Amino acid sequence: MPLSTQSQADIDQYILIASLDNARNLSNILKAISFRDHAIFNATQNGLKVTVEDSKCLQANAFIQVDIFQEYIIKEDAVGFQVNLTVLLDCLTIFGGSTVPGVCTALRMCYNGYGYPLTLFLEEGGVVTVCKINTQEPEEPIDFDFCSTNVTNKVILQSDSLKEAFSELDMTSEVLQITMSPSHPYFRLSTFGNSGNAHYDYPKDSDMMELFQCTKIQTNRYKMSLLKPSTKALALSCKVSVRTDSRGFLSLQYLVRNDDGQICFVEYYCCPDEVEEE
Amino acid sequence: MDCVATGGNVKVLAKAIHSLSRIGEELYLEPVEDGLALRSVNSSRSAFACFLLSPLFFQRYQAPSDQSFRCKMPIKSVQAVFKSLASLDRSVEKCRIQLNSEKSRLTITLHCKHGLLKTHNLSYQDCESLQAVFDKGSCANVLQAQPRLMVDTVLHFPPSLEEVNLSVSSDRVWLRNHVEDDADSSRAMLTELCLSSEEFDHFAVGSQTSVTFCLKELRGLLVFAESSGLPVSMYFDEPGGPVILSVTDSVLEANFVLATLSEDSPDSEQPPDDFMSDNMDSFLIAMETSELPGLSHVPTSPPRPTNNNRKHSFSEEEEEEEEALAEGPPNKKFCSLFFGSVLPTPSQLPNQTMQSQEMLASDSEDENQTETS
Repeated sequence: MPLSTQSQADIDQYILIASLDNARNLSNILKAISFRDHAIFNATQNGLKVTVEDSKCLQANAFIQVDIFQEYIIKEDAVGFQVNLTVLLDCLTIFGGSTVPGVCTALRMCYNGYGYPLTLFLEEGGVVTVCKINTQEPEEPIDFDFCSTNVTNKVILQSDSLKEAFSELDMTSEVLQITMSPSHPYFRLSTFGNSGNAHYDYPKDSDMMELFQCTKIQTNRYKMSLLKPSTKALALSCKVSVRTDSRGFLSLQYLVRNDDGQICFVEYYCCPDEVEEE
Repeated sequence: MDCVATGGNVKVLAKAIHSLSRIGEELYLEPVEDGLALRSVNSSRSAFACFLLSPLFFQRYQAPSDQSFRCKMPIKSVQAVFKSLASLDRSVEKCRIQLNSEKSRLTITLHCKHGLLKTHNLSYQDCESLQAVFDKGSCANVLQAQPRLMVDTVLHFPPSLEEVNLSVSSDRVWLRNHVEDDADSSRAMLTELCLSSEEFDHFAVGSQTSVTFCLKELRGLLVFAESSGLPVSMYFDEPGGPVILSVTDSVLEANFVLATLSEDSPDSEQPPDDFMSDNMDSFLIAMETSELPGLSHVPTSPPRPTNNNRKHSFSEEEEEEEEALAEGPPNKKFCSLFFGSVLPTPSQLPNQTMQSQEMLASDSEDENQTETS
């Protein structure tokens, strides 16, 4: 494999090396959070965390654990940088979207450290491409301070039913209202658009509902424009957990299976538009 | 008002609404004793469609106690309720339509699999009754064909084609595209299809004639007919009179009424502009006819007898026609459909929908042109 022609000296200077036999295992999951140009990368011993934020109200994180990678070498406790996510995705998919079975792009991602570009070695069918993407000083991701002890309501749903609902949502509505309650309507998505309002109700005993833990009735509204990007993650996922805390902050956690059946996570945090308690 | 449709009928209802959306931008809903009437009309009033779903179509049908309830709403709002058409029969078990007159909302509830409940509260506007006047029974020419035949025929015409001409003789039907007067003759493509009377389930041609109407609006009905597998009937008479396409089964009846180009240009009154305004009292809408002389490019005399001669004489005629149509307004060549009185008494409502009515007259001097009363 051409990548192995790198000299040992080259390899030594990198503080992070992550390799994948199938670059789609990274690119697909990054597409699920690619609603803004810039992404903050934070690599630790546990794997890679990529964060994208919008207007201080929305944050999306993608987690690619260390066992997803065929090779993962990290020489510091934490390695952080910021890159243009659109450019990165263009590079990862540089060989085009080939769906021929057995043919995929191999990736080796290398980083020398602060001030150096992110280097990608991509190979498909014997052809190698080297991409160097400039990095920036990583911003500190917002801490939404969403901890599990503060969670008032939680449901876990199979993604299929939510996918249908989200694809039908009335986009003329500025907000998406989420009602979670121990009693009827249990779990309700509501929109208020030009033609009227619409409600999607999921009963707690539905077979799409894997977990239902609601302690008190809560109704919160979130800007539709903020939540719209999350539908990409929803499309990839097989299960989603919806949690709200006492402040009305929303946490959406998506369980995504990649091409090889391995599990990755994507999560979205969103601030409420206004807090409404009934 | 409380109607419940179940099983496959939910999809039929959705398809009816999608068909109507090809006609106009608003859906007129009127629940009557005979059933639920869903109607639409286009902006130039040259195409009208009505689906009447009988009470048997529904698992439960309860018309409002106030017999004169009628409303209209943007058709896109209703289409949004039935968005994922393909999966409707897999996911939706029951569809319930209820009227909440206190809040002026029409509530459509879809009971789906896995306990999912989708509730749409749509705002509506009160409106007057929308009913075009037409009489299938008195049309001289009646054709009936399987939808597949019509879909296959129409396939030969480009989707952008607006108008099509239908000519019939005692044993044949010709369908050809209608070329605009201002079209560049070097770029125009003429397509002509000939069907024998044997291809039709029913072929009754009273008088050899030729009518030109808008194909685009017809496609909505064809899609519906094809998916329901029901034969399509066509009723028409003279150019200027409407062509009516109809699909019927035991629980529903769909009528698409399209205006046709008129042959000559009699004087006529201008219709009032605010036809659709809710303030109107009962009055007649006279038709607006074209001012173009020699508009009809196919004579009502028998068409060319053999295939060999047809092309030759057709192209000759085209040249003549282009000269004749050199001037004239580009729009509004079609006659507007004749719409009946709009404040009928409740007892008249059921009659108005399906009983025989006065047919459209192309000539305002025609004595028979009266409103339905």
